[in-house]
Amino acid sequence: MNLPLSWLKDYMNTDGISEQEYADRLTMSGSIVEGIKNLGAEFKNVVVGRITKIEKHPDADKLVVCQVDVGDEEIQIVTGAPNVFEGAVVPVAKHKSTLPGGVKITKGKLRGVVSYGMMCSTDELGISKERATGILILPDDTPIGEDITHTLGLDESVAEFEITSNRPDCMSIIGLARETAATFARDFKIPEIKPTGNNEDVNDYAAVEIADSKLCSRFTARAVKNVKIGPSPKWMQNRLTAAGLRAINNVVDITNYIMLEYGQPMHAYDLDHVEGRKIIVRNAGDGEMLETLDDKPRELKSEMIAISDEKRAIGVAGVMGGANSEVTDDTTTVLFESACFNPVLVRRGAKALGMRTDASALFEKGLDSENCLPAINRACELLQDMGGGEVIGGVIDVYPVKKQNTVLPFEPEKINRFLGTDIPESDMIEYLGRLEFEVKDGSVIVPTFRGDIESMADIAEEVARLYGYDNLPVTMMQGRVVVGGKTFKQKAVDSIRNTLTACGLYEAMTYSFIDPKEFRQTRVPMNNVVKISNPLGEENSVMRTSMLSSIIKTLKVNYNRRASSAKIFEIGMTYNPIGETLPDERQVVAIGMYGKVDFFDLKGIVQNLLSRLGISGAAFETEKENPSYHPGRCAGITAGGKTIGRMGQIHPAVADSFKIDTEIYAAELDLNTMLELATFDRTYKPLPKFPASSRDIALVVEKDISVGEIEKIINSVSSDILEKVKLFDVYEGEQVGENKKSVAYSLTYRAADRTLTDDEVSGMTDKILAALKDGVNAELR
Amino acid sequence: MKDRLNTIKSNAETELNSAADLKALESLRVKYLGKKGELTAVMKGMGGLSKEERPVIGRLANTVRGFIESALEEKKKALTEKAKELRLMAETIDVALPGRMPEMGAKHPLNTVLDDLQDIFIGMGFSIVEGPEVELDYYNFEALNLPPDHPARDTQDTFYINDNVLLRTQTSPVQVRVMEKQKPPIRIISPGRVYRSDTVDATHSPVFHQVEGLVIDKGITMADLKGTLEVFAKKLYGDDTRLRFRPHHFPFTEPSAEVDISCFNCKGEGCSICKGEGWIEILGCGMVHPKVLRNCGIDPEVYSGFAFGMGLERVTMFRYGIKDLRLFYENDLQFLKQFKI
Repeated sequence: MNLPLSWLKDYMNTDGISEQEYADRLTMSGSIVEGIKNLGAEFKNVVVGRITKIEKHPDADKLVVCQVDVGDEEIQIVTGAPNVFEGAVVPVAKHKSTLPGGVKITKGKLRGVVSYGMMCSTDELGISKERATGILILPDDTPIGEDITHTLGLDESVAEFEITSNRPDCMSIIGLARETAATFARDFKIPEIKPTGNNEDVNDYAAVEIADSKLCSRFTARAVKNVKIGPSPKWMQNRLTAAGLRAINNVVDITNYIMLEYGQPMHAYDLDHVEGRKIIVRNAGDGEMLETLDDKPRELKSEMIAISDEKRAIGVAGVMGGANSEVTDDTTTVLFESACFNPVLVRRGAKALGMRTDASALFEKGLDSENCLPAINRACELLQDMGGGEVIGGVIDVYPVKKQNTVLPFEPEKINRFLGTDIPESDMIEYLGRLEFEVKDGSVIVPTFRGDIESMADIAEEVARLYGYDNLPVTMMQGRVVVGGKTFKQKAVDSIRNTLTACGLYEAMTYSFIDPKEFRQTRVPMNNVVKISNPLGEENSVMRTSMLSSIIKTLKVNYNRRASSAKIFEIGMTYNPIGETLPDERQVVAIGMYGKVDFFDLKGIVQNLLSRLGISGAAFETEKENPSYHPGRCAGITAGGKTIGRMGQIHPAVADSFKIDTEIYAAELDLNTMLELATFDRTYKPLPKFPASSRDIALVVEKDISVGEIEKIINSVSSDILEKVKLFDVYEGEQVGENKKSVAYSLTYRAADRTLTDDEVSGMTDKILAALKDGVNAELR
Repeated sequence: MKDRLNTIKSNAETELNSAADLKALESLRVKYLGKKGELTAVMKGMGGLSKEERPVIGRLANTVRGFIESALEEKKKALTEKAKELRLMAETIDVALPGRMPEMGAKHPLNTVLDDLQDIFIGMGFSIVEGPEVELDYYNFEALNLPPDHPARDTQDTFYINDNVLLRTQTSPVQVRVMEKQKPPIRIISPGRVYRSDTVDATHSPVFHQVEGLVIDKGITMADLKGTLEVFAKKLYGDDTRLRFRPHHFPFTEPSAEVDISCFNCKGEGCSICKGEGWIEILGCGMVHPKVLRNCGIDPEVYSGFAFGMGLERVTMFRYGIKDLRLFYENDLQFLKQFKI
């Protein structure tokens, strides 16, 4: 919302308020001023001139050489504009002038002829965004030599407001003036509207019918005859320009002016083109066609509100009028509309048509039906004052249910308790009074334009913002002690992060949605996924069910940037539909690495992690079937009968599909499963008092016997003195024979209560060897 | 003979003093005390002395011997010490050569900052609660006083799964879920991922993180909201941080405010970080709307409370001077390695 500051003077005294102070105080009382711009400040040395003579350019067909009177001198300007003529009054940027956007104009030669400046179009003057086809031609009576900012009404400071959606009343000059007056505690008064209207009765000119009161809570209309369409007065044009609107003609300018001043969108119909001179507010028919004011055909839908005459639609209510009843230069009888339409239907209609207009943006926030009448009367007053026509007496006012003021209990103590303040009741009444809330008999009567006020909390906000948020005390919460802290899960996640970073891994974060083709790339099935119905693009359209592609993509970023190695992890969410309304969201700890690493580097990290979490007895077993991983280098990880996840080398074909030409390793560990198994309980074991003895054994076994099997057998031999089993060598080669391997272990024995004898240690070792011979036919080497 | 002994003593003293190393010392020992040494020779010649002279010279010879022995011992100690020193000197290394750093990783900067925020609020008695990211429209909007067709829904461009299910646009639905289940007093923060269909640029991402807080109890005031956020801001940005509360509008709070902090860089003077304003907007907050309380089965006549929310990316960007939000989700190690904290 743009507010030309001088406009405030219509309603209040603004003397002595600086622009900076204005912006600061309005922002602090709740109307956010994003900035104050002076449109004229961007201009320098741009004046009004009159073309006195036009000659052909000697060397260019499309250029002409003009002599231009700019008041104190006559200068020569070369132009290519097609619309110049002798006697035309035009804006002239002289030598060493500045235009909006910092454009500097200096003298120069065009095809050998000196030009001492430039004549300007509307877009060059910054008053239109569209590219103009010619020079702006000013009215004949414009004083020659006048500063153009004055001519165009641009020597004006304009405050730009960000108005929140709950305050449609502030989408108007009057609303902002009211807030300004309340903020500065000054008097505020809307000038009285002069009564208008001849002896005729508008009901003899037109009729209005609301087919369904749900569509429209009030419809007012007034007629004006003998209308002379022409330009609106300069003061009005200037105000519209300053607020960011374009002047068109007196009738259209008035509807726009009222929308700015009152925040009430209006429409003007050429009454002679309203069939049957009757307006009907009804639901649009599905497929009903209407050409709107922007000359585009529109297909309507039943959820939109149509304004129609007896035969056809003539507008989409609250959005845009139709071309068939548009006010044109030939219009002689105008019907003004000032109505209040259903906000939800206007919003849906505007959305469905893809045309969010200034009017629809206002209606969808919910307007005050009490505002319709003053707005339409003001419009008639303006048109009459400028001699634009003869206003017909009377008003058509279809108002099925008159809007009532909201009345709330006035509870000053409660408000103080809520805010933590000690504001006297009389001060509260004064603040509310400034905002036109009346306090009477223990009640607050809320003005009808404040549809956002529904409860004590709302009243408290009004009080607080005029009292000043910065003046509210600063206290610490009283009352019952609440114990905060982290849950077991949160502590476990902290521990996971600490462990993995201590292992040299960096934490990554990736988007939770991925490209469907990544499922194919990673060979993760895509038959059951959560799909976004309105994604930004295909590449972000499906919620991931696995962390694999995320982790591989992170490796790829670094691989592409020539990092020789990378070790990363991410604790990320996966989303798995489970047949209920919401999917199962499971967090997965994913690890990825490449560079000087192999399976066992990754396995060591996973083992470190499990050990930190107090998960013992995890088994790593070959998983040949997982298509995402190398068939010979993938392990499923289980503990306590539960599957934690898997790890291994990513299948080279998968790596290849991401264009990574190196071995990459990854692990996927289910967080919840780990949490079920994790414990941070640790029990102290007394430090050993007696020495340990150890025996090294080297075994020869079949090559395909896994060390896991061997260790299982060793550990199964019941022994309370075997303290530790450590693999220290695996060897394959001629010396051990074809299809065999040698596996060497160091076995450590210790008893808590005595020093072990040689016999005990040897006996136990023999028992283990016997079991190994039995189980996997292991021979001592 | 007496003179000879005294000469030996003084010669030995002089020579010992100038002995340069252990080897020279050893040859001096041989020279004086060895089997063929000078003192040994004198001792051997004592047989030819008179009965009266013998004990006198004998004593003197022993004294000289004792003197040389202890001088030898002392010198040996000194020279050994010196030799050790020389050896250590020879072992001198260039301490400026690089150390061997065991490779350590780092948490993501967003999580580092999140940990700081969590610690501050845990210190004030808050718990941390999480909730689903794929959420019901009801929890994300309706329960928060944003019914269908509410114009404010437009400001949060939403990813939908279907008509009722969406990717949450804020972490506030977690608050609703907590209020439905838990009786006041409630004191929680809910950090997490949120989604909005914003096109990616330096300050927008379709995925980002929020940290929201909620307090509900009897007698909670707006002044308490100010107090709590002031403690938070001072802990995070330093004790000289000032706060500015500006009235604003959020559908789920009333009164509502936006909070600016005095620029931590220029202390309010105006600089490039605060774009010359002296203030930086960091969060939105307000008193929980009575409708929201009622929607969650909490009686607004008995209880009141406040809520606040901030963007984790924004806080982190200010903290480390990061200018482009995309870096957080790109995961270039050259970026991640800068935040070993």
